[in-house]
Amino acid sequence: MKCRRCRGPAVIEVRRHNAGFCSDCFLHHCHEQVRRTIDDFSMTGAGERVLVAVSGGKDSLALWDILLDLGHDVDGLYLGLGIGEYSDQSGDYARAFAARRGAKLVEVDLPADYGFDIPAGSAAAHRVPCSACGLSKRHLFNRAALDGGYDVVATGHNLDDEAAVLFGNVLRWSTDYLGRQLPVLPEREGFVRKVKPLVRLAERETAAYCVLAGIDYIVEECPMAAGNRHLGYKHALDSIEEQSPGTKAAFYFGFLDRASALFTPQAAVEQDGLRACVSCGAPTTAEVCAFCKLLERART
Amino acid sequence: MKVLLRNPRREVEVPGPIGVDTLLRQLEMNRESVLVIRGDTLVTGDAVLDDHDDVEIRPVISGGCC
Ligand code: SF4
Ligand SMILES: [Zn+2]
Ligand SMILES: [Zn+2]
Repeated sequence: MKCRRCRGPAVIEVRRHNAGFCSDCFLHHCHEQVRRTIDDFSMTGAGERVLVAVSGGKDSLALWDILLDLGHDVDGLYLGLGIGEYSDQSGDYARAFAARRGAKLVEVDLPADYGFDIPAGSAAAHRVPCSACGLSKRHLFNRAALDGGYDVVATGHNLDDEAAVLFGNVLRWSTDYLGRQLPVLPEREGFVRKVKPLVRLAERETAAYCVLAGIDYIVEECPMAAGNRHLGYKHALDSIEEQSPGTKAAFYFGFLDRASALFTPQAAVEQDGLRACVSCGAPTTAEVCAFCKLLERART
Repeated sequence: MKVLLRNPRREVEVPGPIGVDTLLRQLEMNRESVLVIRGDTLVTGDAVLDDHDDVEIRPVISGGCC
């Protein structure tokens, strides 16, 4: 197989683009996809400071690397979740990357800074680990961005993540989630803008990017993820993709182009009535925000 | 050749030469869900792997995170 761009020997085939790429041209392809996504969705502009949420995995490290290459003013944020060896190792990968690129890594540690970890804390709060983890991440990424004076938080969600979430939301017709499933969530009082610059790259491409760019990342899975629904959706979509390449991209981008606006009014209604959490000041619809409630139960 | 598989980490012995696509079919792996790494670079489905190659098949699907 030959590279589509330079006709040299290809090292990776991307079937949905019906193309092979050599290493250099593939890295160029990834940069272009991200640059285009940032431009098309007006994700960030000149002079803005970006905080990328880094897990030590392939997506977030690829994203950080690409944003640095594209010349953005971008620092990393690593959130220690206290998930045993997995957290220790993923933190090491994030730190090693930052050191290698001479980039700044901000660190927040749940056990050290908030007195609980995800496995024990979620059990004490009677929540599934991923739900406690997800809400902690949303809260703490936003908090760290506000405290550090960043304009935007970027996360490493890729095409497969978004297609799988969309698939789950459609199967259940979760109209409120459908209305909020956008690659950009604009800033509002108390919230910084949130963007997903990797939505044009499939998971296989972000992993390939790391291998070809010489980025070491944690290949092992978070032990809490085993057997969750999201993973099942990804496998189902991959079986379809294998038969007909391009289906995932058509599903997700077709939704953004032709369906997503139908659900936004619903989501907007639910965002009304926000006020400040009495405990931490974060915007919430209740008296105490979900993170502070979790904190109260997880610590005891 | 020794082929390194991940999650969980294990090794299988496969006689070479063998085409990448054939190897993936033999191991019943979806080519959309893995990368095949030889040495420090990737190889496409039409490449042929030899006995002395250092091969890793790395899954690319990660789960869970919202
Ligand atoms: S799999 Fe679940 S618990 Fe593990 S990091 Fe992702 S959201 Fe958190
Ligand atoms: Zn090329
Ligand atoms: Zn609060």
